[in-house]
Amino acid sequence: MAGVQMSSAEREVALTQAPWQDAGATGTLFRGSFSSIAEIWQRRELLGMLTRRELKSRYKDSALGFLWSLARPLTQLLIYYVVVGQFLHAARGIDNFAVYIFSGLTIYTLFSEIIQTGTGSIIANSGLVKKVYLPREIFPLATIGSALFNFLIQFGILIMAAFFIGTLSFGPHLLYAVGALAVVLIYGTALALILSAVNVFLRDVQYIVEVVLLLLMWGSPIVYSLKAVSGFFPDWLLQIYIDNPVTLAVLGFQDAFWSPTGEGGSPPDLALRMVLIGLLGLVMLFAAQRLFTRLSGNFAQEL
Amino acid sequence: MNAPVNVVQVNDVSKRFIVRKDNSIKERIVNFGRGARYREDFWALRNIDIDIRAGSTVGLIGPNGSGKSTLLKAIGGIIQPTNGTVQRRGRMAALLELGAGFHQDLTGRENVYLNASILGLSRKQTDTHFDDIVDFSGIESFIDTQVKFYSSGMYVRLAFAVAVHVDPDLLLVDEVLAVGDEAFQRKCLDKIRSFQNEGRTIVLVTHSLDQVTDFCSRAIVLARGSVVFDGDPVDAVSVLRSGFDAAYEAEGSGHGTFKQPLGERGNITAVRVLDRSGLQHRDFATGDDLVVEVDVESVTPLAKWAVGLHIDNPLGQLVAGATSNSLEAKFPRLDGCARVRFDLPKANFGGGEYGVTVAMFGSEDQEIARSTDGTFFSIAQHSRSWGPLYTDVSVRFETITRS
Repeated sequence: MAGVQMSSAEREVALTQAPWQDAGATGTLFRGSFSSIAEIWQRRELLGMLTRRELKSRYKDSALGFLWSLARPLTQLLIYYVVVGQFLHAARGIDNFAVYIFSGLTIYTLFSEIIQTGTGSIIANSGLVKKVYLPREIFPLATIGSALFNFLIQFGILIMAAFFIGTLSFGPHLLYAVGALAVVLIYGTALALILSAVNVFLRDVQYIVEVVLLLLMWGSPIVYSLKAVSGFFPDWLLQIYIDNPVTLAVLGFQDAFWSPTGEGGSPPDLALRMVLIGLLGLVMLFAAQRLFTRLSGNFAQEL
Repeated sequence: MNAPVNVVQVNDVSKRFIVRKDNSIKERIVNFGRGARYREDFWALRNIDIDIRAGSTVGLIGPNGSGKSTLLKAIGGIIQPTNGTVQRRGRMAALLELGAGFHQDLTGRENVYLNASILGLSRKQTDTHFDDIVDFSGIESFIDTQVKFYSSGMYVRLAFAVAVHVDPDLLLVDEVLAVGDEAFQRKCLDKIRSFQNEGRTIVLVTHSLDQVTDFCSRAIVLARGSVVFDGDPVDAVSVLRSGFDAAYEAEGSGHGTFKQPLGERGNITAVRVLDRSGLQHRDFATGDDLVVEVDVESVTPLAKWAVGLHIDNPLGQLVAGATSNSLEAKFPRLDGCARVRFDLPKANFGGGEYGVTVAMFGSEDQEIARSTDGTFFSIAQHSRSWGPLYTDVSVRFETITRS
């Protein structure tokens, strides 16, 4: 269309053939979701650009650039390895403790970054939300994109570390990593959608999120082993603990890159649990998208 | 010619804003159950029904807070109406704020691509337009500089350049036409005209009533969320200027429409300030006799008409005003040209510059023409006193004793 100058009459003819669209997002149940997804797909180029903008602007004007995104996880690794592992003796009974921590930490960091930056994404882009119509889902999704990029760098380091230390082996257990990633993305997206929308109306949410993320970090076996928990919790509580999507993802990553035998105490039916929790997450994602659409109509006036 | 093609249909749209006074969880919990006291309803739009034809240029005008921008945002899909639906077709670009989406840390080049993408252009399309965009903005040498180092003028020029190169069928514009220096403004207005020739539809919110009469083929006057007039721009401007607010309030109901203007037309062709002997001057002294002479002509015959005069100081404050009605003068039917004279004997203006604004009214006292600051005159300064009013000030002194 662009580049070709249409005359006034031609434009009129083209317009008579154009379908009527509702301005803004529509509310009907399944069709609404479908049209939202179609709209986002149409704007995927923009999604990519916003993701790149997010990444570019974050470390712009710093000499080391992207390397800074590694500073935090590597420091965390060092602290946990030395303080928790050695001083507090958590490393006893866990071989290759560094790889153990780092595999859990890598997938957890992805989750936490999606939630944390996702929650603030609508407010951070308030200038755009108020002035231009875009499918609003794009903003939380763009933060997921940039979180994924940081994750990939960290993931690369994890693979290399696992390879050199010798815990990396090829086999079907690597699929656990795929499952873990899927679970984190599904729940991360769903929560980022809900929280970013609610945060517009109630700014307290972003502070609550920080606290809850801290809880989740210590609520999954990242720096300690699952065995330590299983001796302590009654069975029903243990099941809830394990079925927490973050725990499942952490266990999945540990099984994939640290030890394929489930030495950390991960349940034998880990794959099944991942599938079920993942399906539950998809339902939640659908509901989250509906909620987001519902709330997004009022974004412009609340910001 | 077949039936008119609409690009926008606004069906019975209302928008309610809830103004909350408590914004944190703590406050909400404390106020729980007493919510009504901490919220206020505000109807920004009430039962708006509008169809916009393809190829038309529609001006939305009205006083501040009348809902024009809200309506524009509802058409753009940026806010969701509380009731009613908005439908539109074709590609839309909204220019509600220039440079919305510009990121301070990115270069001009990166921002062009980002902003074009936000407005709906693909990367490939942006590539083909890129040189035109940079050319139009006139900031070639800074295109690879981060925009945070741009001057505000460069910023809006680049933003406007991107916006007009998006190929919209429907362009929504919110008071952004007054950007840049005069040359750039002319460029923008030329671009808007070529948009009109290409059959694009433009919906424009503006406070510049001259723009409305210059550009628009239709104007909609809003007041307190309702449409009070919809039709010819000249009539719309006259409705807006005739202080419709009072008339609107008198109706008392939630909404209503303004009485239809009578389609009367006239022009003010000249405004002059003369001295007693009829010579045109610019410089006068306090106490001079002034004559303001107004030449008018009718476009349609005017059975009943009037002329008003405003003299303002440079701050826009009214210093003196009168209309032929307030002076109880009746003019005969006007069909052609006429000259009206206001005599201001011994005008006690203080020293300074004054602007003369003249307006012409039709049979219902609606304004049909206006010449804002049609001419100027100045009064020589006094050393003894100052201000818009001259009186012969003097001062005395006496001692008082307290009893």
